[in-house]
Amino acid sequence: MPMNKISPLLYGCFLALCSANCSAEGKILATPGVSQIEGSGGGGIVPWAQLAGYATEESISVSAACSRVTVKDFSLDSCAVQANLYDTIELSYAKQSFEVTPLKLNLKQNIIGAKINLFGDLVYSTMPQVSLGIQSKRLKTSDVAFSLGAKKDTGTDVYIAASKLHLGFINGYNWLWNVTARHTKSNQLGLLGFGGAHEKKKIQLEVSSAILLNRHLALGVEFRQKPDNLNLGEDHWKDIFIAWFPNKHLSVTLAYVDLGSIAAIDKQTGWYLSTMWYL
Amino acid sequence: MTKAIILLLLMSCLACSSPSENIDSHSDSHIDSNNHAQTEPSLYQEMGEKPALDNIIDNLINIIGQDDVVFSHFAQSNVTRFKDQLTVFLCHLADGPCQYKGDSMKDIHQGMYINKNEFNHFVELFIEAMDNADISYPIQNKLLARLAPLRKTIIKI
Repeated sequence: MPMNKISPLLYGCFLALCSANCSAEGKILATPGVSQIEGSGGGGIVPWAQLAGYATEESISVSAACSRVTVKDFSLDSCAVQANLYDTIELSYAKQSFEVTPLKLNLKQNIIGAKINLFGDLVYSTMPQVSLGIQSKRLKTSDVAFSLGAKKDTGTDVYIAASKLHLGFINGYNWLWNVTARHTKSNQLGLLGFGGAHEKKKIQLEVSSAILLNRHLALGVEFRQKPDNLNLGEDHWKDIFIAWFPNKHLSVTLAYVDLGSIAAIDKQTGWYLSTMWYL
Repeated sequence: MTKAIILLLLMSCLACSSPSENIDSHSDSHIDSNNHAQTEPSLYQEMGEKPALDNIIDNLINIIGQDDVVFSHFAQSNVTRFKDQLTVFLCHLADGPCQYKGDSMKDIHQGMYINKNEFNHFVELFIEAMDNADISYPIQNKLLARLAPLRKTIIKI
């Protein structure tokens, strides 16, 4: 999805902020991670405690990312922009377009996100870095969701994330872990609406773990628990990824994903490719 | 589900135990460094001892001299003293045969008000200095792991 579809007002805001101080290269390469599919700073599918981009307390950074997930019967395109204000607040906006290949259906969703860094520093503090975030979602194509039994076409996820990078932890290699607890009613991220007749437990756990093979390459795994509000056998998501950070202005992530059953169609495995640009 | 919980518990166990281990081994390092030397090589030995350390510090001084961001903090420094003190400090930190008895990091940086951007930038210069001295990535990380906890005694004071 092209960048020009993103609301011009929001885009203007980011640019205005950026002109203030955008030479943000404060963090160590790769440590902020990438953009996850809902637009928040994180791994591929899990939002992390780190705020997107290389801003530190003294600077602002702006970033953008586009990704594509292709599994057997579905594909998801998503583009997002993020602003990191003084490494304290992250604002994000994402657009998702979900293709149901067998039915030639297209579902669209917009997500506004915000994340605040509560305490801790990913690299330097003894405590992990801990952040609180929200993702406010609006499904624009709600017919399919309602026909499957979803209660609403809007929803807000709230999550708390803890991340830590341990320098030289595994035989001299840096190890990163993240644990996120998310309160959500989203069905397949919200692409199949929010809530349903089988709503039960609402807190979902998400974890990521990565090792930095060198300064430019990270290899990791992710796991994201998901609710099954629609009783369609919605599965937890898993992936194994490799992310390349050639410099502080670009990253490319490739992952093998296992999304399990989507809308009662089994065995949705495939590939995820994402590119992120950092100003 | 069960697997996920086990994984999570395992990760949180590791996460909690690691910082305290690091601190313990760090604070005891000057006492039992001799014992360690006989069983497994110290970080100082892994790095390549004095020649490697000299190489890193020479590189670092050259890099600082050409850097716009941090040079101002060093402009008043006596290069020879800086070099000698940093050599002993890093040798001690890496469990080498040295005892650093100089000023604390806090005393040295008091009044400089180094911000996080400048600090991180310096870390990158230090990494560049280690790169230029052909220190391997894992050894670099091990040294950085020992330096990282010092940040709180260096920045914004």
